[in-house]
Amino acid sequence: MIVEPVISLVNAVLFVLLAPLVGGLIAGIDRKVTARMQGRVGPPVLQPFYDVGKLFEKENMVVTVTQHFYVLSYLVFMVVAGALFFSGGDMLLVIFAFTLSHIFLVLGAYASYSPYSHIGAERELIQIIAYEPMIIFTAVGMYMVTQSFNVSAIVNSGIPIILYLPGVFIGYLIVLTIKLRKSPFDLSTSHHAHQEIVKGVTTDFSGSNLGKIEIAHWYEYVFLLGVVYLFFGFNPYIAIAAIIIAYFLEVLIDNTISRAKWQLTLRSAWLIAGTLGIVNLGVLYYLKGVIMP
Amino acid sequence: MNDLLFLIGFPVIIALLMLLVKDKIRNYIVIVSAIALGIASLYLLITYFNKNTVFFDIPFEPASKIMVIIEILLAVYILYLGIKFKKYFTVALILLQAGLLLFLEMGLISGIHPVNNLFIDQFSIIMAMIIGIIGSLICVYALGYMETYHNRHTGIKDRRKLFFFILFIFLSAMFGIVFSNNLLWVLFFWEITTICSFVLIGYSGTPEATNNAFLALSMNLLGGVAFIAALIYIAMMDPSGKLFGLDALISSGYALAIVPAVLICFAGITKAALMPFSSWLVGAMVAPTPVSALLHSSTMVKAGVYIIVRFAPVLALTTEGFIIAMVGAVTFLLASGIAISQSNAKKVLAYSTIANLGLIVACAGVGTYNLMWVAILLIIFHAIAKSLLFLCVGTVENRIGSKNIEDMGGLIVRMPKIAMMMFIGMAGMFLAPFGMVISKWAAIEAFITAPFGLVFIAILAFGGSFTVFYWSKWMGKIISVMRHQEVVEDTVKKEKWAVLYILTALVVGVCLAFPLISTYLIEPFIMNIYGITTGLSQANLAIMIMMLCLLLIMPFSMLFYRTGSKHVSPYMGGRPTEGEMRFSGTFGTMRELSLANYYMDKYFGEDKVFYIGTLLCWGLLLIAGIILAGVVL
Repeated sequence: MIVEPVISLVNAVLFVLLAPLVGGLIAGIDRKVTARMQGRVGPPVLQPFYDVGKLFEKENMVVTVTQHFYVLSYLVFMVVAGALFFSGGDMLLVIFAFTLSHIFLVLGAYASYSPYSHIGAERELIQIIAYEPMIIFTAVGMYMVTQSFNVSAIVNSGIPIILYLPGVFIGYLIVLTIKLRKSPFDLSTSHHAHQEIVKGVTTDFSGSNLGKIEIAHWYEYVFLLGVVYLFFGFNPYIAIAAIIIAYFLEVLIDNTISRAKWQLTLRSAWLIAGTLGIVNLGVLYYLKGVIMP
Repeated sequence: MNDLLFLIGFPVIIALLMLLVKDKIRNYIVIVSAIALGIASLYLLITYFNKNTVFFDIPFEPASKIMVIIEILLAVYILYLGIKFKKYFTVALILLQAGLLLFLEMGLISGIHPVNNLFIDQFSIIMAMIIGIIGSLICVYALGYMETYHNRHTGIKDRRKLFFFILFIFLSAMFGIVFSNNLLWVLFFWEITTICSFVLIGYSGTPEATNNAFLALSMNLLGGVAFIAALIYIAMMDPSGKLFGLDALISSGYALAIVPAVLICFAGITKAALMPFSSWLVGAMVAPTPVSALLHSSTMVKAGVYIIVRFAPVLALTTEGFIIAMVGAVTFLLASGIAISQSNAKKVLAYSTIANLGLIVACAGVGTYNLMWVAILLIIFHAIAKSLLFLCVGTVENRIGSKNIEDMGGLIVRMPKIAMMMFIGMAGMFLAPFGMVISKWAAIEAFITAPFGLVFIAILAFGGSFTVFYWSKWMGKIISVMRHQEVVEDTVKKEKWAVLYILTALVVGVCLAFPLISTYLIEPFIMNIYGITTGLSQANLAIMIMMLCLLLIMPFSMLFYRTGSKHVSPYMGGRPTEGEMRFSGTFGTMRELSLANYYMDKYFGEDKVFYIGTLLCWGLLLIAGIILAGVVL
């Protein structure tokens, strides 16, 4: 009886402590692989850590002090969302905390009255509404397969969820492209050097605030890839392999496709969610009724 | 029993007083009676929360006679106005309605003696609390608002006596709706609210206001016709008049109850301004803001969904119920979409209201026990957060003279307290862990087990993301910090602040207290009807409350950051800037910087989306009508 909450708590604490390390490493490897694809040598794998470390040494410059509050809230609620996920909490609650966290980033960008961060904020919002339906369909799909919204129950169900939810999985990969800020969907801010709106949402953040945004992003990486794990939760080895392949695909897409306009982003994300997602769930719903009454 | 009669009767007395007294005394009376109504509704809560349904045997006769007389007088009044303003559609409707009513009252039910005419249960308590507390708070707010309103709009005739008279009559009628078990009485109070709404929308007397008032009136009269049709059907099926009792009708089973249920739900749809009738609520935004807050977001339109939620057990798992739910769901999706394209703050609030009412109807139409739980939860959360938002917008409008969201840039500097309250109100509408998200979450969990629930989940997922979009960009507008601007909120009156503070505290407080509300009011009510009940799991509740606390302490981090930061100008692409709002353009001229939000008119334009919604919802209603005709014949 007591064991389960303890495990949850340990998992949550482990996430809080280790996720930045794992996320930072992923970011480092990402940059290395990207560089190789572009025929460059690339930075050392630990470069993201050096970068963030340096950001925290910079002078504390803001447009308005409220930026501190928004960025801190962004980070905190990203950690809360991830911790809830890894402690085996309710998927829907995790999604809502995740959205809350992003709204804080958007508000932070709005708070400074710069045209670049303003457009970045608008685009970030468009991204949020582009991916949110699909993420909810992912949670709903997992419920339909496992009869639970709880991450712990989903992962312990032993069901090869991917076989039931292939459409949802593809939809989720599209969402992942948006969430990882990969081209063609890196509208609001980009990892690449040049963008027409400079650095979009992050334009007016500097120093430790920018560092916190990076760290929040690392937490986000781990959480998002954790959702990929759920699809393959019946076998950890396959799951890890799936995560690596999925991530490699994202990097490949990033380097081979040019940035889309927001209209295309919104339409394609909704089209995918509306077709693959809903059709997949609909078929599942129908089959549940017919085969397993 | 006396407490119920007090809540219905006391506002009428105050209303009559309002016709007599002048400004200063009016202020005192309104504040005192608001406190009285608030206390009385709390008393109601304490007295009745642990009793289930309690019926009161108020004699039917003298009251009903008076009601008929008032109804006839009102019909004559509307007839006169309709002819005066050449609104012949309204005239036709009122004639039809009066004719049907006379047929019903004189021909069909002359001999009946219904008992148990008033009742109270947990759902009525919840509604009474909303009317008694939020309603009377809005009346207090209206005192200051109307004074400023007339100072600003000198061209509009000062008819404040009438205004407050109608407000209190309206409160009385709302209490009447939620306490009446006799459907004839519900209809009477229902029609009173329609007419109150009509008078208040047309308050300013401009041609636009008059037109919109008649639009609202016609649509609500159409609903009234359906309501009377339902009563005539009941009277024909059961001459003894027993089925006029709401409880008897609901428990009489599908075969007897479905026809009146659908007709009354149609009336509810018109009152709640779902598509295709949403245009009246949007038009009603010409009314002074307290009216929008009271009638058109927190109470009167709630009467529409109230009656549909009441009939949810009859609708549950029927085709008719599914169609009504679809009307609600389509309205939720499309109204949320239209809200994206609106820059008028009151219109955004109106569309958001329509959308949320749609969601409530979607829940009630499917009508399973856990969806009814969600519907009631939505009613509570929406009433509080939306009335706060309306009142904030009203205050801003009084100060800066604009309802346009684009003019609200930097509100956090100009009116910091109001901006914070708006922020909390908006958070209450779409952010975790506030009320509306709790409801959305519960709705997803409930729809997933309902037949065809997937359709609703898909609509909820897309509509929910629209919601996030239009609130966030508005939020972004008010919190964007532009320095060198004046603080303009110090002239706001004391009692207005009091009302706004209380409502803000309620938005947060209800989220903290909602486990109690659920346990002591909603769950017993659901248990009574379905014999099974629901609620969020303890673990999730704990997490939600922890998140809320975290969210509440986060702003204190600002204390920590107050000093030690170097301020710089926003990034302007390297152009030289002067102050913050101006930058050096080409040819060395200084240009003003202005930023505007995205409205995506091409995707969510009002006309286009409304057209689609009207087509879809009329189609759905038509199908319901055909099915109904099949049942009747």
